Amino acid sequence: MAQHDKMRELSNTACIVGAAESDEMGILPHKSQMALHLESISNACADAGLKVSDVDGIFTAGAHSPALIAEALGVTPRYVDGTSVGGCSFIIMVEHAIAALHHHLCDVAVITHGESGRSQVGVTRVRDTSIAGCYEIPYGFGAPPTWFGLITTRHMHEYGTTLEQWAQVAVSTRAWAALNPKAMYRDPLTVADVLKAKMIAYPFTVLNICLVTDAGGAIVLTRADRARDCAKKPVYVRGTGEATEHVSVTQMKGLPLSEATRMSSARAFAMAGVSHGDFDHIMLYDAFTSGPPIMLESMGFAKPGEGVAFFENGKSTPGGSLPINTNGGGLSYTHTGMYGMFPLIEATRQLRGECGARQVPNVKLSLVNGMGGMLSAAGTAVLSNEK
Amino acid sequence: MEQLERPLPAPLAPEAKPYWEGLKQDKLMLPKCKDCGKAHFYPRILCPHCHSRNLTWVEASGRGKLYAFEILHRSFNPAVKTPLPYVLAMIELEEGPRLLSNLINIKPDPALIHCDMPVQVVYSKLNDNFTLPFFQPAEAK
Repeated sequence: MAQHDKMRELSNTACIVGAAESDEMGILPHKSQMALHLESISNACADAGLKVSDVDGIFTAGAHSPALIAEALGVTPRYVDGTSVGGCSFIIMVEHAIAALHHHLCDVAVITHGESGRSQVGVTRVRDTSIAGCYEIPYGFGAPPTWFGLITTRHMHEYGTTLEQWAQVAVSTRAWAALNPKAMYRDPLTVADVLKAKMIAYPFTVLNICLVTDAGGAIVLTRADRARDCAKKPVYVRGTGEATEHVSVTQMKGLPLSEATRMSSARAFAMAGVSHGDFDHIMLYDAFTSGPPIMLESMGFAKPGEGVAFFENGKSTPGGSLPINTNGGGLSYTHTGMYGMFPLIEATRQLRGECGARQVPNVKLSLVNGMGGMLSAAGTAVLSNEK
Repeated sequence: MEQLERPLPAPLAPEAKPYWEGLKQDKLMLPKCKDCGKAHFYPRILCPHCHSRNLTWVEASGRGKLYAFEILHRSFNPAVKTPLPYVLAMIELEEGPRLLSNLINIKPDPALIHCDMPVQVVYSKLNDNFTLPFFQPAEAK
């Protein structure tokens, strides 16, 4: 279809050439949110073999505007993007960045994330809660676990999924975290451990819910011709997609499946010219154990109710046939609040072959899919180390 | 200062006024589109189904089903003083719209609570200005 033909013109036109986290990650009461941004940008530019002064496009989501980042960084960008639709905003910005680069609206784009999610250092919380304040907060809603569990119990009701199956996602992800020196939790985990952990909000024990950490991360993109001159092997952006459907879970039409995720992934796959069976490696936004299986179902990798099978029998774990969340995920590696930057960094590193003990052999095509809010927004990126 | 169990609803949009006024008289009012005939919630100035601005208000039956739930064991909002554990609920009203509330008058036990169980509204007056709709298992007919 014509829309996809036009989108395909963007395929492989730009590359991720730099990717890095902040100097430290975890619980950092001595570090401001801005410092997490600036460390990440500095590290990602160094990783690319570029100077901070080369950056002329700044993309960020969250509490700090791209103007503030630019000011603190001491650069004057000619292109900025502050799209903030939840944690997947950074994945969505890959699409925005390749479009801007393609049209020479900027030459070196940095997508940056810094969040003092745990320690709240240097943070002003500004959030319009007027609708939620009227219709949700008075009943005790007010944090992601109070909403995402609703999607999860409905999934269990419709498809018969079980607490044991969700727990398997945490177990698989922890097996990867054990191989990542930067992961916060690395001890082995069993399904029984997950089930008997402290109950936070049924159906979720604490081990079904992501960490809350302080960290930053950034990636640098440039056009494919210039990418060849950067320090590392370029990672081509073959396809991207984005969509937003709702904010409140009450407005989610296809609950428990995500229409935004379906739309976003379909567009990204069409632009990249790939289909479900082509991926060697998958990164999915895991704020809750039920999230990745529901995303796989929404994207069409599995029938509704069958996404959890991807996490069973070692399929998604080290040595498995389809590795998922190889950094240890939001569940065990890090989760600042807006996690979407980190799956992009991990996919880049896997495609470069930099992952040491957790390196997936022969990775050529990686999928990054993230959500904003409660599966409300979605961003998808199809990345490859070959054109 | 009056001591309340939960935070009062935040600033009220004018388009939602009939909802809040209705609750004070123990009525659950819903905006309904005069063009496509569908009700919606939360109140807004156009119909999210057909985008018409030709809206009216109808009184809901107060009956519906428990579409999804959670049982909260840890408070995420210190202003809500309801003793834990309690049930967070997504209700699908007979008229179609879904809303969030609490399921009350039932033991907060996943063995007793299941999606699609029939529920009915029960009103709770917070103060002279605010009454909120809660839901309980529907009485057998």
